[in-house]
Amino acid sequence: MQKMPKWADVALIPLINILIAFTLSGLIIWAIGGDPFRALKTMVTGSFGSTNGWGYTLYYTTNFIFTGLAVATAYQARLFNIGGEGQAMLGGLGVALVALSIDWPHWAIALPAAAIGGAAFGAFWAVIPAYLQAKRGSHIVITTIMFNFIASALVGYLLLNFLKVPGNMSTESAGFPAGTNLPTFSDMLAPFGITFAKNAPANISFLVALACAFGYWLLIWHTKLGYQIRAFGQSETGAIYAGINPVRIVVITMVISGALAGMMALNNVMGEAERLIDNAVEGAGFIGIAVALMGRNHPVGIVLAALLFGFLFQGGSELSLWEGIPRELVVVIQGLVILLTGALDNMVRGPVERLFLMLHKGEA
Amino acid sequence: MDFLTLIQILDSTVRLATPLLLACLAGLYSERAGVVDIGLEGKMLVAAFLAGAVSYVTGSVWLGMLAAIAGSTALSMIHGLASITFRGDQLISGVALNFLAAGLTVVVGQAWFGLGGRTPSLSNGGRFEPITLPFADAVADVPVLGPIYEELISGHTLLVYVAFALVPLTWWVLYRTRFGLRLRAVGENPSAVDTAGISVVRLRFTALVIAGVLCGLAGAYLATLAAGFVKDMTAGRGYIALAALIFAKWRPWYALSATLLFGLLEAIGNRYQSIEIGAFEIPVQFMQALPYILTVVILAGFVGKAIPPRAGGSPYVKER
Repeated sequence: MQKMPKWADVALIPLINILIAFTLSGLIIWAIGGDPFRALKTMVTGSFGSTNGWGYTLYYTTNFIFTGLAVATAYQARLFNIGGEGQAMLGGLGVALVALSIDWPHWAIALPAAAIGGAAFGAFWAVIPAYLQAKRGSHIVITTIMFNFIASALVGYLLLNFLKVPGNMSTESAGFPAGTNLPTFSDMLAPFGITFAKNAPANISFLVALACAFGYWLLIWHTKLGYQIRAFGQSETGAIYAGINPVRIVVITMVISGALAGMMALNNVMGEAERLIDNAVEGAGFIGIAVALMGRNHPVGIVLAALLFGFLFQGGSELSLWEGIPRELVVVIQGLVILLTGALDNMVRGPVERLFLMLHKGEA
Repeated sequence: MDFLTLIQILDSTVRLATPLLLACLAGLYSERAGVVDIGLEGKMLVAAFLAGAVSYVTGSVWLGMLAAIAGSTALSMIHGLASITFRGDQLISGVALNFLAAGLTVVVGQAWFGLGGRTPSLSNGGRFEPITLPFADAVADVPVLGPIYEELISGHTLLVYVAFALVPLTWWVLYRTRFGLRLRAVGENPSAVDTAGISVVRLRFTALVIAGVLCGLAGAYLATLAAGFVKDMTAGRGYIALAALIFAKWRPWYALSATLLFGLLEAIGNRYQSIEIGAFEIPVQFMQALPYILTVVILAGFVGKAIPPRAGGSPYVKER
């Protein structure tokens, strides 16, 4: 007998988790002397009240869709990829190298080239931990954490010694050529007669992210490889018995995962900064964990969870601007969401299951 | 490099290794009991914040330390609640706690002191004073041994000596007491421990309390070292401690050498911007990344094999 209907598992429990996380965050705001309701209002108007707000919200959302998909892909094979941060950093390097290599004539040519560059570098950074996990049994969680730090040192070194413009004070690469500048929402919506804030960073890579979400859905549920990945995730011994090569699955899964994280650089490096800066990822790789957990590893869930975190990120900077509440509040909410949906899941699930059982008995 | 420089580098090695050692031993207790602890970083951070804040407000370093221990242990208990009581994923719980700590310390710090997440500088009463060991001044002029005793061994704060004393103590507890035997057993084969009529849950919670206290000390030490709390001041030390724990293969004496090695790397990295060996120049970033690279190499089993406690990472479900 099923303990509870599917909708409760997919929608109700995440909703209860968010509600608890928001309530706790509200209590924190109240405890530090703020007004939680006014804070919520500031966040909502700041992120959805204007096209400028939307532009930032969707820009962050794009980042989180990429990293959320990266974590979710790995999770289908029950691999916990904490290395999205480092993979996205390397992706930025790949995108920057492609963008700076030649004088690109048009963004439509530069975009796929940069996507390949970012994906390849991100995948490269994921494939080493994957190989070590599959062949040498070193735990992928620890190796990907280590690789985050190594990536940060590596990119910092390359920026400082090779990519930095001589004589320039700030640690950043040269600006990308004009032919790589991606169309923003303002450029994209103008032909339809819709005016969108000109300076908002949301750009065409949002559509790339949505396409990736669709591709993820196709891959995981409608291809042989996806089936193998899920089978491996459900039961490693069962998968091996069915003739699935575990080394191959672990490596391929992590290559896809790393490539998705690396492609995030299309948005933040190519779309927004238009040059490679130090620490460009800003923790988006870690937010991917929260997004994947909350989205229950389903593409629709991931896009919605990414939108939620995009809202939190943009709303958080509005909070620090207008209410004097540090934007680190978002990190607190992020921690609470990960804790509640990931680790304390059974705390919410148990009572809800019992509730449904009781209702069920009442009917019978 | 002259002798005095060497002594100075070794001296800062000891200073930098101390928080790593404390956190590493914290992880050792927890992981030996079968609870993987990625949250070392967050616990240290909360502890450092509370030590900085409470020491400043009360003017007493001891109250600051107690608050640090309390805060760190509270996080440990959340970790226990999630990973032992509700059988959640230990890795995810640890990651969540790190975010919680990184966010809360800044949000609360800003509301409390309004310094952008910093705590005000600690004056003398609010931090641990260096302890001058007996005869340090008297023997300072003795060649070689004098500076070693006066600079390197003497003149550290209390927590440094506590940390180093904890190494033999931990060894003794783990390998020479009944509690230690049970602790190791619960990390290898919890059902056997359960069969013997010993509570797995209680043992694991006890290990987490010890881990909380030790992380509290590590955080208090950091706050004393920097004379206050700064946003994100642990700067990945929790993860380096985790790396050291793997490097040490979950053993106390090896933990000492691993953390001293990583402390030495950091000390050299702090002192020299780049190191030239013959025609090669080693960039400072490489020195920073070296602990992590070494850990990956160890994990890959190229230099000795690191085998974690067998039951680590999996919640214990009592047979029904």
